Amino acid sequence: MDGIHDVGGMQGFGHVPELTDAPPFAEPWEGKAFVIGALAARISGTNLHAFRHAIERVPPPEYLVGYWNRWMIGAQIMMQDSGIVTDAEVRARAARLSGRDVPEPPLPTPNKPQMQSGGAGNLRSRDTPHAFAVGDRVRVTSVGATGHTRLPRYVRARTGTVTALQPCQVFPDSAAHFAGENPQHCYTVDFDSRELWGPDAEPFHLSLDLFEPYLEPVT
Amino acid sequence: MTSASEHLDPALRVEALASLLAERGLIDEATVETFIKTYEQSVGPMNGAKVVAKAWTDPEYRARLLADGTAAIAELGFKGPQGEHIVVLENTPTVHHVVVCTLCSCYPWPVLGLPPSWYKDPAYRSRVVREPRQVLREFGLDLDDGVEIHVHDSSSEVRYMVLPERPAGTEDYSEAELADLVTRDAMVGVAQAAIP
Repeated sequence: MDGIHDVGGMQGFGHVPELTDAPPFAEPWEGKAFVIGALAARISGTNLHAFRHAIERVPPPEYLVGYWNRWMIGAQIMMQDSGIVTDAEVRARAARLSGRDVPEPPLPTPNKPQMQSGGAGNLRSRDTPHAFAVGDRVRVTSVGATGHTRLPRYVRARTGTVTALQPCQVFPDSAAHFAGENPQHCYTVDFDSRELWGPDAEPFHLSLDLFEPYLEPVT
Repeated sequence: MTSASEHLDPALRVEALASLLAERGLIDEATVETFIKTYEQSVGPMNGAKVVAKAWTDPEYRARLLADGTAAIAELGFKGPQGEHIVVLENTPTVHHVVVCTLCSCYPWPVLGLPPSWYKDPAYRSRVVREPRQVLREFGLDLDDGVEIHVHDSSSEVRYMVLPERPAGTEDYSEAELADLVTRDAMVGVAQAAIP
């Protein structure tokens, strides 16, 4: 989806933050948020891709509040989808924890998705041969997905060169929506910065790992 | 109670959610504590630093690391979530690699731990794929014009770790002393390893 998360190449975010050696959690709630998010897929009967997609669906103003906030809300959205909790329950509980005597809303109806898993992790195999080889020129599809995808906007319709074959993997665009693992071949594609950002761009190489359905041959 | 679109203080939201999940038997305090402790104490850039120091001192290990990062890293006992397939990128005097995840915050947890806040910040994620030399300069790394920059956007389950250049003047250093020179920033590619 063309959401707030797809920030590659966007302008206006300002100076990069300072490099620091700060520990992973600045405050205790952040550690707790991390764990709830890390366990959320298991609790909801979903998967990593569904979790990423839930974070993508966090409303933009909340997304930009900060990392652990969006991680936490993403976990909650996924648990709402699976009928583990409702937003009303979370808000009522928050009010009660703050000392306000509000009624507890009813429990949700369980709604865990049904999708067969091919096992742990995301590396899989596929019987069909690779459509592309190292050295091939490929063009990225110009069409964006309305659901989850790992194709960032900034490389759509751009042409690059395959520089490596990566392991076949669960296709995020399918698995995030519980439409099956649908494993796909994956390629490292290298782009010249000028292909992406025009003739005045800084000269550099940029590479991404792109799934076969995102790519078209250049003839 | 607040309406569904109203911002809820994140610390309060976490407490509310944790209390509901605990009540339903879906999480427990001990698991939460164990997770937090693991990523605060055992899984972090000190793991990656050991990998780098070994690669600097053992040419055969270095070759294995560049050929199959996942297997060579597992030789030192580092594996787990977000490390299913790790590719190691070698920085040289003429090529500098830098890693990002523009879509979320993909990062090689087994060797680097959880990502630092700057890595997850929209400013870094948006800009390093568009003006990496300028971004590196803002971070304090001014590369010569002759150095070719390669930016890697972690868009699949492949995870990337940079093997920085060994600093000059460290010929007499032990592996442990070398590991102390390797920072998280150098293994992401926004800094170089250096003698402090």
